[in-house]
Amino acid sequence: MLDNLTQRLSGVIKNLRGQARLTESNIQDALREVRMALLEADVALPVVKEFTTQVKEAALGIEVVGNLNPGQALIGVVHRELTKLMGAANVGINLSTVPPAVILMAGLQGAGKTTTSGKLAKLLREQQKKKVLLVSCDVYRPAAIEQLRAVAEQLGIDFYASDVSQKPVDIALAAHDYAKKHHHDILIVDTAGRLAVDEAMMAEIKQLHAALKPIETLFVVDAMTGQDAVNTAKVFGEALPLTGVILTKLDGDARGGAALSVRHITGKPIKFVGVSEKMTGLEAFHPERMASRVLGMGDVLSLIEEAHREVDQAEAEKLAKKIKKGDGFDLNDFKMQIVQMRKMGGVSALMDKLPAQLSQAAAGSKVDDKAINRIEGIINSMTPAERAKPEIIKASRKRRIAAGAGVQVMHVNQLLNQFEQTQKMMKMFSKGGMAKMMRGMKGMLPGMGR
Amino acid sequence: MFGFLKKSTSNNTDNTARIGWLGRLKAGLARTGNQLSELFGRGGKIDDDLYEELETILITSDVGMDATRFLLAELRHQVKELRLTEADQLKEVLARCLLKLLAPLAQPLDAGAHSPFVIMLAGVNGAGKTTSIGKLAKYLQGQGKSVLLAAGDTFRAAAREQLMEWGARNNVTVIAQQGGDPAAVIFDAVQAAQARKIDVVLADTAGRLTTQAHLMDEIKKVKRVIAKALPGAPHEVLLVLDANTGQNALSQVKAFDDALDVTGLVLTKLDGTAKGGVIAAIARAHPIPVRFIGVGEGLDDLRPFVAEDFIAALLGLDE
Repeated sequence: MLDNLTQRLSGVIKNLRGQARLTESNIQDALREVRMALLEADVALPVVKEFTTQVKEAALGIEVVGNLNPGQALIGVVHRELTKLMGAANVGINLSTVPPAVILMAGLQGAGKTTTSGKLAKLLREQQKKKVLLVSCDVYRPAAIEQLRAVAEQLGIDFYASDVSQKPVDIALAAHDYAKKHHHDILIVDTAGRLAVDEAMMAEIKQLHAALKPIETLFVVDAMTGQDAVNTAKVFGEALPLTGVILTKLDGDARGGAALSVRHITGKPIKFVGVSEKMTGLEAFHPERMASRVLGMGDVLSLIEEAHREVDQAEAEKLAKKIKKGDGFDLNDFKMQIVQMRKMGGVSALMDKLPAQLSQAAAGSKVDDKAINRIEGIINSMTPAERAKPEIIKASRKRRIAAGAGVQVMHVNQLLNQFEQTQKMMKMFSKGGMAKMMRGMKGMLPGMGR
Repeated sequence: MFGFLKKSTSNNTDNTARIGWLGRLKAGLARTGNQLSELFGRGGKIDDDLYEELETILITSDVGMDATRFLLAELRHQVKELRLTEADQLKEVLARCLLKLLAPLAQPLDAGAHSPFVIMLAGVNGAGKTTSIGKLAKYLQGQGKSVLLAAGDTFRAAAREQLMEWGARNNVTVIAQQGGDPAAVIFDAVQAAQARKIDVVLADTAGRLTTQAHLMDEIKKVKRVIAKALPGAPHEVLLVLDANTGQNALSQVKAFDDALDVTGLVLTKLDGTAKGGVIAAIARAHPIPVRFIGVGEGLDDLRPFVAEDFIAALLGLDE
């Protein structure tokens, strides 16, 4: 299937690593691969052209300075240029105005404006302790207002009720008045999806902007968008003084090609990315991390952040203590790890964030969410005594557990073997530290099919 | 010159409506059409520069690398075979290459094969499933069929209300439950359709990204449960694709086909600027019949896919 950008570039860089010297011609090859990979990842052609030119210029300049390790030099250049293209540091929402600070949401149909409005409201309330009001100016799509109302109710955020018989501008102004009277810090204005080529609708959103004078005008764009992202971004950018971009549906398998295009065309920072269907699924955008991910260095920082948020700290500390002691790591802990892994979106979500080589290796070991579910099922079929002391599980207990979990005795044996390996590794860890642990790493992946 | 494009016109009775539709289709694909007309129209010889510019246009229309290479190879082969030298001769050859690629996808949906005929819709978030159901209901009613809608999107806020509003506008019954399980809602709808002797059931489902394994499992279950309500159903599994989507459309087609055995595609939101090429990418990588394409927000703006019309609009050909 479609190679993703990360894998593609990993391949290029691997080829370059084998080269003793970086010449004009092998840069050409590498750049062609970069170009292809970017195009297949839906980065718009004009952006790709400019990017590869920049990389080439920068790379050839470096060759003169020192060609000791050309492969690394090129990775560095591509990474730097990619980060540069995606914008500088992560920029938050600007709220420095007389309240209510108005945030206007704009974008195509189905980009995810309404869901994102809700997520943004929640994020601003929780991270900045702001009082937020939501209003919908979408009088066109059936039940669009109802959708935002339901989202607001679910989140416990104030909602200004509007009606399809009203004009969008009237709704927005009335909501603004209401927000002022009720001392809301922020008013988020959701709008109807519109095509860049629809002149009447573009005029309408210009009117909305003129009436509201929002401090933030955010362009919401679907991460799966194709080549047309440049055209859409251009027209929206010309019609409205955009202040930022929100990239949605980044939890899919399309990797941000549109991010590069939109960022390049509008010149506005990507402020947030949507990473889940859940209302917590809006994160700050980190250009540096995105560039790393694209280059096959993995998005390990996001993974750590996520682990911090989702993993129960108390449980983790308890486990750490047990590991230090070197014994006492039992099947209950094993299961706890599985549960925590699931909280972070399961194995597939974790794989996504690992560096390309590592995730390929892991994919080869047949670790998948199904195998994990099976392990959990088997552990659930054990008695507390068995979980605490797996060594008491003999033939007859195995048969009972297998029947309870709906698996073969073979699978129970596999799990017990894996558990034993993990336990051994934990002991190694407590005695010999990381080096030994890495050697024992193979046993860590609980693949059932091996 | 474009004889093959005229055939379909003559046997169409509703000519004025059709011309309106073709106009909108053409407007939707205008950017690509204009670029190609400009390229072929300015004359000159067929050379590498011309091929390179054509490659650029195809890529920026979301045709994708693989299908672009395929089309260019075909084109070069034809040019050699026919000993063509002039740029303006290339347009017709390109039209033929595209037709060869896309014609197999133009298989209209026959909703009369079973009664009730159960159609299940699937797709990623925001592709336009619920809106397409409204338009499909209108289209099927226009063919004299009775229609029932099943509000199977029990996840997104107000998806149910959105469908119910469509139903109210078109005077169509909508089967919905407050909250609940999507499979259960659709099961009820299929049974209701059998009891009421309805011709077609349109079942909505929640949007889902293909990376969400548990949601892909859920939709497999929905399909299995439909078969329990009516053996042999669903008779059609439509994957709704947003024409704004780039090459990820291929991943979507593959993942949904693996999960559900998709029988047809609906391509929505073709009325932008530089789109439509993704159909060629799909035809090349994972061909599945394109049942309908949508070029506007109007109720009548979803129509069966006709390869000749589409190519004529894409290449800016005049009939």
